[in-house]
Amino acid sequence: MARRRVVVTGLGVVTPAGTGIEALFANLLAGARAIKRIDLFDPSTFPCQIGGQLNGFSARDFVPKSYRKAVKVMARDIEIAVVAADLAVRDSGIATKGIDNGAPDIESSRLGCNIGAGLMCADLDELGAAVNTSVTDGAFDIVAWGREGMNNLTPLWLLKYLPNMLSCHVTIIHAAKGPSNTITCGEASGHLAVGEAARTIVRGAADAAIAGGAESKVNPMGLLRLCLLNRAVTTGNDSPGEAVRPMDVRHAGSAVGEGGGLLILEDRDRADRRGARIYAEVVGFGAACDPGGVDYLQATDGNIGGAMRAALRDAGIAPAQVGLIIPNGTAVAAEDAAEARAIREVFGEDAGRIPSVPLTGSMGNLFAGAGGVDLAVAAMALHRQTIPPAVNGDEAAADCPLNLPAEPIEGGLDYALCVSATVGGQSGAVILKRYEP
Amino acid sequence: MKRRVVITGMGCVTPLGHDVETLWSSLLGGDSGLGVTELFDASTFPTTFSSQVKGFDLPAELADGRHRHAGRHTRFALAAALEAWRAAGLGDSGRFDPDRTGIYLGSGEGSLDFENFTSLLVDGWGEQKLDTAAWGRHAFERMSVHRETEQEANMVVAHLAAELGVRGPAFNCLTACAASTQATGEATQIIRYGDADAMVTGGAHSMIHPYGMTGFIRLTALSGRNDDIPRASRPFDLTRDGFVLGEGASILVLEEYELAASRGAPMLAEIIGYGSSADAYRITDQDPEGEGAAAGMRAALEDAGLTPADIDYISAHGTSTPLNDSVETRAIKAVFGDRAPDVPISSVKGALGHLIAAAGATELITCVLALRDGIIPPTANYQVPDPECDLDYVPNVPRKMELNTIMSNSFGFGGQNDTLIIRRI
Repeated sequence: MARRRVVVTGLGVVTPAGTGIEALFANLLAGARAIKRIDLFDPSTFPCQIGGQLNGFSARDFVPKSYRKAVKVMARDIEIAVVAADLAVRDSGIATKGIDNGAPDIESSRLGCNIGAGLMCADLDELGAAVNTSVTDGAFDIVAWGREGMNNLTPLWLLKYLPNMLSCHVTIIHAAKGPSNTITCGEASGHLAVGEAARTIVRGAADAAIAGGAESKVNPMGLLRLCLLNRAVTTGNDSPGEAVRPMDVRHAGSAVGEGGGLLILEDRDRADRRGARIYAEVVGFGAACDPGGVDYLQATDGNIGGAMRAALRDAGIAPAQVGLIIPNGTAVAAEDAAEARAIREVFGEDAGRIPSVPLTGSMGNLFAGAGGVDLAVAAMALHRQTIPPAVNGDEAAADCPLNLPAEPIEGGLDYALCVSATVGGQSGAVILKRYEP
Repeated sequence: MKRRVVITGMGCVTPLGHDVETLWSSLLGGDSGLGVTELFDASTFPTTFSSQVKGFDLPAELADGRHRHAGRHTRFALAAALEAWRAAGLGDSGRFDPDRTGIYLGSGEGSLDFENFTSLLVDGWGEQKLDTAAWGRHAFERMSVHRETEQEANMVVAHLAAELGVRGPAFNCLTACAASTQATGEATQIIRYGDADAMVTGGAHSMIHPYGMTGFIRLTALSGRNDDIPRASRPFDLTRDGFVLGEGASILVLEEYELAASRGAPMLAEIIGYGSSADAYRITDQDPEGEGAAAGMRAALEDAGLTPADIDYISAHGTSTPLNDSVETRAIKAVFGDRAPDVPISSVKGALGHLIAAAGATELITCVLALRDGIIPPTANYQVPDPECDLDYVPNVPRKMELNTIMSNSFGFGGQNDTLIIRRI
């Protein structure tokens, strides 16, 4: 029996540079710079005060009416995932329970879900209000908290912040009862989730899956953590749009972002049978880790070389056949250099030819949300045969000798590779192929 | 042909012992891991007790530089991993291929820096809401890059990769109480597919901190039997009133069968079935009919090519919450039909409490030991039969029985169901 093949039939993205794949892709082609001064909270005492935030964002308009009340128990990360799932499922043309309660056209047990998630930050206003009911002599009083204070938190408080609640809400809305998982490996989460979900389809445990990731780091804890790690750009508060410069000679750090991307992966025969629009085929997946990643104050490459080689082997292609690389591109100088070095090791001289297009220059670091967005953009690039430019990649840094396209590139794109590693050293790579009917 | 996957090493740090054999003898000897919470002052909390790891220190050879900032659950995992790695005979360098060896854990987030985090909420509080500018000023003085970064849920994987020197596929999944069962299942799939020849798997978690306790108390998920602590966790008993929060880590080494055989590795059991499903029901409750749980069990049976008649023992999720234990019973009946009353079922959570993300891997270890010794660990504290839970729960006393094939269930908040099946080699 031939190995089952997996195709991408739906894309759902929620990003600072656009919500919905058509809007995002058009904005990226136009070189959108969506990083701005943060106004979701007052960042004035933080050394970095910019980020890629979603303005006026709420999941309320994207959930079935009967589910609207549940939005109250969704952390922002969950809302992003719910919206991305709604967009992706609609884009695919599959009628799930969430889209059409009357006549779903996919068997629930055959629809899986695999969403990468991050360490969610409690709403500090909500928790702070409760904590401040239990203060004695200016300090938190745990005795008062145990007796009374904790009752100020809503009973479902904990459920807002469990990482698997992204996939939980999405599976409930869409009645996705098949294999379900939540990967928590920072910036590699989305890549790993998509790769793993594709494998569940290959081995026949599901016929379709909602896969990708979502996260919001635009909150005081997210920004604090990026700053404490010295990964945040602190020189761009007056020019946010130009501040994050992945692989560029003037790269000086990263910025927090929020967003997510979910893909509908589908068994190719099923997609063909129903005449689905197919963006691309998932042909390669690789994962790896770097035992040096534990020294997180040092930049390492997370062994993305191992992940990329495994993905190329899985796809059965040579590095030179890849026509687009979407790397992590954090814009932290040492991390960019480590990543570019690993890309050079795998691609050799071709690394200077193949367009590399990190999306972080446009929208900041989406962490667990990044992989799904990167893969959605790669799928769209293959479908439209158009590569967007590398925003803020004016001149590649000497130790990042990659091809950062200044303008969109048309045509001739057969394979796209998305790769990322996270602080701590795990990495994932996924290769998509142009769909040939 | 499917590549076969065997368990070649195991290690754990639990409230009932800091190694596999101590855990096992404690479970069979009727010990309880439960006690008054000592990690913080819970004296006024509605639940004053938990199941804590006691008297544990990181072994000297692990307490060096790169692990010195490791969080509490990461320390558990490091000790457990070293035990598993040595048991598998992989302790000496050069006996494994680092690029063909990976890690797949279902570990929880690290414990937060409670004191500083909470003091910031007080000192940064403004008019009805946080004054984030004031908060930020204090935060940069008080918060530590290590305490913050070590909370990321992938950091246990990072520490294990560093200690063992592996470079293969590395994942962490966090599907609540099902996490380490799911991790073991996915690690099995990675070896089967050929992405790796060996995987270190399992999980680690500690939520015994004020906000973890608060969260579960507000959900009314915990037992409130402050006056009867050792008997508070009583899976399947009519008078059960909630689970008992535990902590710990359990790690297993999985290897491809042929390679394990060729190097003469100890082969403790074979993983032959894995099933995963989602309830897609409600965020708060399990599907009362247990359809999702049943789907996970059926998927595992199908994966293993077995029928319910082949299962000798079920290690239940059995949390001691009113809902879980009756739903799980219903699901087992749905899958096993007429045979359900004849299959021994037990939950070690009566003695051990609920290790959350680490629960599934810990229970899998007890399944492997049950297989080895032909003894089923009992359901502790079972006294009053519940008409809704009318199966054979192996109450209170270990049962000797020849065991060849065992099923282990884990169900997570949010309707995450995972089932594994292991078999004697």
